[in-house]
Amino acid sequence: MTRITRRGLVAGLGYTAIAGTTGLLAASPEARATILQGGEALSYRTHRLIGRDALVREYSEADMSPDFRTNGNTMPQDDAYQRHLDNGFADWALQVDGLVANPQAFPLDRLRSMPSRTQITRHDCVEGWSAIGKWTGVPLSAVLEAVTPMPAARYVVLHCADSFGLAPYYESIDFVDAYHPQTMLAYGMNDGPLPVGHGAPIRLRVERQLGYKHAKFVMRLELVESLSAIGRGKGGFWEDNSGYEWYAGI
Amino acid sequence: MSRTVTETPTTAQAKTPRDVIYRHRLSTRLWHWTNVVTLVIMLMSGLMIFNAHPRLYWGQYGANPDYAWLQIGSDEGEGYLRIGSATVETTGVLGVWRDGEGELRSRAFPSWATLPSGYNLALARQWHLTFAWVFAVGIFLYLLRSIWNRHLSRDLLPTRAEATPRHVWKDVLDHLRLRFPKGEAATRYNVLQKFTYLAVLLVLIPGMVLTGLTMSPNLNASATILLDLFGGRQSARSLHFIFAFGLVLFIVIHLVMVILAGPLNEVRSMITGHFRLPREKDQ
Repeated sequence: MTRITRRGLVAGLGYTAIAGTTGLLAASPEARATILQGGEALSYRTHRLIGRDALVREYSEADMSPDFRTNGNTMPQDDAYQRHLDNGFADWALQVDGLVANPQAFPLDRLRSMPSRTQITRHDCVEGWSAIGKWTGVPLSAVLEAVTPMPAARYVVLHCADSFGLAPYYESIDFVDAYHPQTMLAYGMNDGPLPVGHGAPIRLRVERQLGYKHAKFVMRLELVESLSAIGRGKGGFWEDNSGYEWYAGI
Repeated sequence: MSRTVTETPTTAQAKTPRDVIYRHRLSTRLWHWTNVVTLVIMLMSGLMIFNAHPRLYWGQYGANPDYAWLQIGSDEGEGYLRIGSATVETTGVLGVWRDGEGELRSRAFPSWATLPSGYNLALARQWHLTFAWVFAVGIFLYLLRSIWNRHLSRDLLPTRAEATPRHVWKDVLDHLRLRFPKGEAATRYNVLQKFTYLAVLLVLIPGMVLTGLTMSPNLNASATILLDLFGGRQSARSLHFIFAFGLVLFIVIHLVMVILAGPLNEVRSMITGHFRLPREKDQ
């Protein structure tokens, strides 16, 4: 009889859990939000646990998309950006500041003279399409090493020249992705300079995350301890304004 | 092929406790009802995610300029489903439809079929990627448990005699004539049931999980083998929807069979585990 009672108890608890979770999802918006945010947290922690340093596949030239579509903002309306574009980014410089010992500005020539990397990788949009392109740029780790991050720094925030309405585009990544060997500030695409539609003069390539993390038109890097004071505090334009996940590795 | 009934059971015999058998183990019942909730969420949020880019491709890449082997769209107010070079008009159902307020919309799947009902990719992804954990962990634990308690080998693997073409064909004919096993024969799954459940357990559900994981850029780095297994990220995405279609087909047939076989007895057995054997002779 003990066995049957125990079985009955497990069954009762199991059915209560299934019915309870379903009820909470349907009836309580707060519980629903809490449950639904669990997936991102689980995925992020699991991905950080397995293969922190794993590289994405790099393809051959034969695998490249014949036509790499552009989307999102393809021509920033910002006046300062327009002036930089008109004179070929000759006076443009990437500002790097925040929690760093040695804040600096990196003109395009300096970025181009730093160690470079070229990789043919796949770009996956959150909507579902993919395109394969060739990127040339400076590993983000080289830029970070030049400015010496302070021990408290945990995230790299990328401030961009483009905006949707009044909200400027920005994104952020953690240090695991920032120091990943394939994470770069790309200034070249498909053997030419990075086209405006793809984010000239530089864009982020963070190959283990979805397209919206790959900020285009990057103007400034800011190293921070917490994301709460930037934008609306969720770590990126789409995160703040449309509820997309900050961690876009899945 | 009429079944010869050598002995007609008396009313007294039919009511002996032997006629009620313990059919579904606790692990099966809990997993079944978890899946009822999870699959509804996965399928509906999946359709919302499809609405964000209603095209399917083969290979490593695929975007608007590339050839899509399947597409749901609209052209001058008319909805269409295009597979290869075949086009079906789907106005009112796919591509172009009216929402709850009577507004004309031109998304692939209508709002009644998606979660959430309005266009919201971020929220649909939250539903999908949170319940993907329940779905993936569920099939993993269930398969482990089914190997451990020999559910897989004892109840689901067809015997040699059952797997012969002759036996399978007989079972197909029996199903087509809606002639279901009675009495002792109903204590076991028939061979078509076995094949179907094995296909769902070992192909469709693991296929859903693995093709889903193949769409993760991070897992493409830490589990590169997945890209080779499915022939690329866009192939994995295509297969993900094909497997989902297979699961929907299974659910429809499953529900029809439950209704034909006696829904009260079937649902009760999936809740309590106890199943009343259908009598040898219909009343």
